[in-house]
Amino acid sequence: MTAALNHLHLFVPEIFVASMICIILLVDAYVPKAINALTHQLSQATVIGAALLTLLNQPTETTLLLHNTFVSDSLSVTLKMAMYVLMFGVFVYSRSYLQQRGLLKGEYYVLALCALLGMMVLASAAHFLSLYMGLELMALSIYALVALNRDSAQSSEAAMKYFILGALASGLLLYGISMIYGATGTLELKAVSDVIAEGKAESKLLLLGITFIMVGLAFKLGVVPFHMWVPDIYQGSPTAITLLIASVPKIAGFAMLMRLLVDGMSGLHSTWGDMLIILAVLSMALGNIVAIAQTNIKRMLAYSTISHMGFLSLGMLVGTNEGYAAALFYTLVYALMSLGGFGMIILLSRSGFEAENIEDFKGLNKRSPWYAFMMLILMLSMAGVPPMLGFWAKLAVISQIVNAHMYVLAVMAVLFSVIGMYYYLRIIKYMYFDAPAENSPEIEANTDMRWTLSLNALAVLGLGLFPHTLLQLCQNSL
Amino acid sequence: MTSLVFYIFATILIFAAIRVVTVKNPVHASLFLVLAFFTSAGIWLLLEAEFLAITLVLVYVGAVMVLFLFVIMMLDIDHKTLREGFGRYFAIGSFVAVVVLLELYMVFKAKGSDLATTTAKAMAEDVPNTVALGKVLYTDYLYPFELAAMLLLVAMVAAITLTMRPRRSNKYQEPSKQVEVKASDRLKVLKMPAEKAE
Repeated sequence: MTAALNHLHLFVPEIFVASMICIILLVDAYVPKAINALTHQLSQATVIGAALLTLLNQPTETTLLLHNTFVSDSLSVTLKMAMYVLMFGVFVYSRSYLQQRGLLKGEYYVLALCALLGMMVLASAAHFLSLYMGLELMALSIYALVALNRDSAQSSEAAMKYFILGALASGLLLYGISMIYGATGTLELKAVSDVIAEGKAESKLLLLGITFIMVGLAFKLGVVPFHMWVPDIYQGSPTAITLLIASVPKIAGFAMLMRLLVDGMSGLHSTWGDMLIILAVLSMALGNIVAIAQTNIKRMLAYSTISHMGFLSLGMLVGTNEGYAAALFYTLVYALMSLGGFGMIILLSRSGFEAENIEDFKGLNKRSPWYAFMMLILMLSMAGVPPMLGFWAKLAVISQIVNAHMYVLAVMAVLFSVIGMYYYLRIIKYMYFDAPAENSPEIEANTDMRWTLSLNALAVLGLGLFPHTLLQLCQNSL
Repeated sequence: MTSLVFYIFATILIFAAIRVVTVKNPVHASLFLVLAFFTSAGIWLLLEAEFLAITLVLVYVGAVMVLFLFVIMMLDIDHKTLREGFGRYFAIGSFVAVVVLLELYMVFKAKGSDLATTTAKAMAEDVPNTVALGKVLYTDYLYPFELAAMLLLVAMVAAITLTMRPRRSNKYQEPSKQVEVKASDRLKVLKMPAEKAE
């Protein structure tokens, strides 16, 4: 019994978030609606509190606890901290948007925090079961959030698609896990890795298992050819929910890749590495080319996500610690840019109006030079123009591929990035060289939203000027 | 003897599973699903996993499938629209199925394939399966078990969020307000000059 409770302080952030979810649920039900800002503040406090607890309870070395179902290492700390920062931003950006549309209910915060808890579990998963439970906790909360605007046919359709395809992906993942279990006789990721390293496992069954797991993972990440759901979900959800889907779960997706492929099955790198090559090249090609044809900015950013996820897979497939560090760096940078990008869409939306089309950005420079500049930073960063952060992320990944002597892949990555530049630069052209549409009003936003959004975009610029701090952090995490 | 029972159960299971997807009437399909659950429970009994077998029958057959049947019977399902587009999707669907089958065949037929090389941890001989399950559920698997509790909480919150409408559409009386009502709330006395008949 005592052995199970050793090092339990490393598990405190999860306990804290779970308890706060229950408290917020009760507070929201019993406190009068007149002070509904309380739920918002409590949620923010939860995120900040969890961040403090995570920082205070850092592991000195990789520690397994709770009967080897939970791992705490420097990677889990980094991933969780990134999740807290992004979640904080999501809450700030979403508030007024949801309020104007009558969607700001306590359930939004509860479900978002449940998704956060699921992602924290994913980041610390050391067992196939805890990994799967974390994944489902995250996914179920997000399905419900997509359908939050239940009177909108578009949202309901998106939620239905997401739910069915997500359930299918979970089924495939479980099928793969069951085969790995059959081949190795254990569900603990570390033990699976040991059995594979000793060469005791049934190789054919392992091969089949890893194939199904890769399909499940590809579905969850949204890489081609398992990407069909991404544009519809991004477009169909309320923008505040798209903001959530497009930022924090990307970190969780990376966590899942690391835990499953690297912690559990690094011995099979030659197999999953080849699969990732196909997924990465297809994603970069399709994502970047199809994005050009989009007129809806949410849909365009969805295709841009697909291409970025392909880029992330490039870092993973190298199979070295430096490669994983580059992929982690890329994930963090992408999540930050994505948060800012969707934050800008929310900023331009107002009650009764969704800034969904690229045309809505026309003449933003005349209406608000400061936010046009912020969007300029974000778009240049997504396109990968120096000195923005996005450039360093792309550079880190490509240099790892070159180090691994995969020159064709490196050339393709650069080529598709150049194609991708077109649609990012088009937004900049709309903002700076086109006249604003008639009757476009002043931009209104809360003070906290203005500050956070500016900080978000300036962080992309500032960290881009000094990229080594973040890159160093990523390398130390592995 | 055990293998004979296994093959009987397995044959019925496969037959039932195929009928679930091929039968036209959805009510029949769900009844075949019940049959499939029953036979797989039988196979689990052969594996001495009696707790899981009983749970499968109680939960899936007893609760889930009955609800499912209710839903199917309550919804007016048009069989024609269900089968619409069958011809369109049949070609691509069967193509994908054949490719996947071929791949599976190639994996399993490849040399050096022997499925019985690894065995999971042997179960304790002296305790019944249910006791053994209970022992690991609250010790080794405490963390996933607690997470399952969170998952159920999410399911509950999500279901209420998506279905509960705070505005009331049903009309009902509130007795406390009825008692407090005053004549002036209901009746308005207007002073009018009397009119004379012409």
